[in-house]
Amino acid sequence: MRSFISGNDAVAAAVRLAAPEVISAYPITPQTTVIERLAEYVESGGLDAEYIHVESEHSAMSAAMGASLAGVRTFTATSSQGLLYMAELLPYAAGGRFPIVMMNANRSLALPWNIYGDQRDSLSQLDCGWIQAYAENAQEALDMTLMAYYIAENERVRVPFMVNLDGFHLTHTYEVVEIPSQKQADEFLPRFETENKIDFDRPKNFGFSAGPDWNAQFHREHHEAMLRSTQVIAEAEDKFARIFGRKYSGALDAYRCDDAEYILVTLGCVSGICRQVTDALREEGVRAGVLRIRYMRPFALDEIRAILAPARASAVLEKDISFGNAGTVFTNVGAAAMNVIGGLGGADISREHVRSIFVRLKNGENGVIWL
Amino acid sequence: MRLKPLPDTIPDCTAFEAGYLVTQNGGWRSERPVIDEAKCVKCRQCYLYCPDGTISQEISVDYDFCKGCGICAKICKPGAIAMRREADYA
Amino acid sequence: MAVSVKNLDSREFFFGHKACAGCGGSLAVRIALKVLGARAVAVLPAGCMSAVGFNFPQLAFSNNALITPFAATASVMTGIEAGLRRRGEIAHVVGFAGDGGTADIGLQALSGAIDRGDNLIYICYDNEAYMNTGIQKSGLTPFGARTTTTPITGSVRRKKDMLAIVAANGAEYAASASVGYLDDYVTKIEKAAAKPGFKYIHVIAPCPTGWGIKTNETIEIAREAVDVGLWRLREYENGQWLENCAPSRPEDLVKHLTRQGRFSALDTDKLEETKNV
Repeated sequence: MRSFISGNDAVAAAVRLAAPEVISAYPITPQTTVIERLAEYVESGGLDAEYIHVESEHSAMSAAMGASLAGVRTFTATSSQGLLYMAELLPYAAGGRFPIVMMNANRSLALPWNIYGDQRDSLSQLDCGWIQAYAENAQEALDMTLMAYYIAENERVRVPFMVNLDGFHLTHTYEVVEIPSQKQADEFLPRFETENKIDFDRPKNFGFSAGPDWNAQFHREHHEAMLRSTQVIAEAEDKFARIFGRKYSGALDAYRCDDAEYILVTLGCVSGICRQVTDALREEGVRAGVLRIRYMRPFALDEIRAILAPARASAVLEKDISFGNAGTVFTNVGAAAMNVIGGLGGADISREHVRSIFVRLKNGENGVIWL
Repeated sequence: MRLKPLPDTIPDCTAFEAGYLVTQNGGWRSERPVIDEAKCVKCRQCYLYCPDGTISQEISVDYDFCKGCGICAKICKPGAIAMRREADYA
Repeated sequence: MAVSVKNLDSREFFFGHKACAGCGGSLAVRIALKVLGARAVAVLPAGCMSAVGFNFPQLAFSNNALITPFAATASVMTGIEAGLRRRGEIAHVVGFAGDGGTADIGLQALSGAIDRGDNLIYICYDNEAYMNTGIQKSGLTPFGARTTTTPITGSVRRKKDMLAIVAANGAEYAASASVGYLDDYVTKIEKAAAKPGFKYIHVIAPCPTGWGIKTNETIEIAREAVDVGLWRLREYENGQWLENCAPSRPEDLVKHLTRQGRFSALDTDKLEETKNV
């Protein structure tokens, strides 16, 4: 069914199709309409789930962990200050290997206060052990959320999954989105089964301490699971394409990079205008390309470097700054000459801005540059 | 109580068999409770109030896990439990 | 039939833990689980009982049990209860949080769970300071008690009245108890287990290490706190308060305090003042 809906609506539609049994969430702009839709689905009987009205994001994630431990599928959503308020829980959920799916509406961090989109919230949490994916448009947000359950709950992975949408730019803009049928969703998404749940026949202890003799082994296993998820992401996308006819490209979405002399690395919905500028530049004889990162974790470092290596110069454009250093995407990529910091606190990134980045790259500029 | 072996491999997350004991606590003791059967009236107050659950309902002490706190001796109204130097039992 | 020492579950669900000798908190956990049985899910935040019970591979709970983040006892319990209900599992979800985990860092999540009326049993084992980190003042440290963060004067504040807070939030049932009077504690847990909604039991649990008492004095001190009127046994049920018993020997209050090392900062005047706070 084709509908004209917002990015947040698309996420809510995907969650309804995935049918989590417990939803716990706390409102924060610009995530709010996701949880409003879900509450409406639950109250109207359109979604058979427990909706827990928690008193904070900290409790939202705590309740999601509890429900996951009880062996049921869960969902929560947050943004910005809320994500940081649950920051303590993020490595906890990941270390406990609770396959929670969470939507994060990317938003700036206070101070100064700002409700608009940048990616400093989620990028500050890259090391918490979650899979982190960034959608570019509402359709991808829907599809990514459905796939998030497939990937997170897969027994070779069992790692929580954060689906990121640019605040307002994606969460609140309307697009035509193909909403799959429940039958298709059920065909795609297996039931959630896990051994690691509360079991009265074979009781377990969970969330325990592990001292120096054992500690690293748990983290190593978690890391290996994260690496394995790359394969599971590919499987999920293949199956998704078979059922829904839309094919995604794993960790990266490379546009006209094959013969590109200048490549702009991007994250999230700014990629669209970057591709438009690339097309325009190509017509002017400039061999430009755009490499959109879809997954920040697991991180496709080797693939990124292989794509960037033949180019004359590349830049990372990101809505983030790690104060005193550079943008976090830039330092992760490690192979780009220039780091462009833009879009902080919802600042506009225009085609002219993007064009200027390519011009500066051509001029041999490098280092951290503020739009 | 029989202890379990150290696991060969770690579980794939922080979930593991409940009640899995690999060490005892008896070595903590400097004094041990010794029960005088003749004086014991089987009121089971020692069983009830033991923080470690090391006295059975039949009033026998699990010396592998008793820490020697002495609560049992203190709570025993008939005075059937004496705390004795652990060194004497070495 | 009421649970008593005679028909208490003979199985030990909290055994082999590494709590200090004479620990009142471990007794509170042990007895509660014997009342609630094998279908209890024990939820413990960071704190003494989780530190002593869950050192992989030494795992001292033989029922389903877990550690939660410090502030998250009640909210994790909420999620577990909801998830188990979805699975059709009948179980008691029981929390064991210390005084700091309850009255300080865990208070917000606790309030949320009470507000939602979640079907949970929350037990606060109150040893009146952050004992796991080495005896620091909490919101439930009593007036005059020395801790490592009130090292000279002792706490200048009185304990928060958790029972009143919990009742004001709308709990179905709230009760105070003492590990010195286990029959009463057992009865209250049993009562809580039979009720729907949010149930709260606050059990005073002396800590020999932090209170400056001998390991064998835990029970005696816990009884005395009730007898001298320092710790009142109360219940809140159907919107009504009930005093379970009047202090049997209030005249022994000062004696009760002076036998605990932690009150050594109190001079004669201050000891008199404790009668008012």
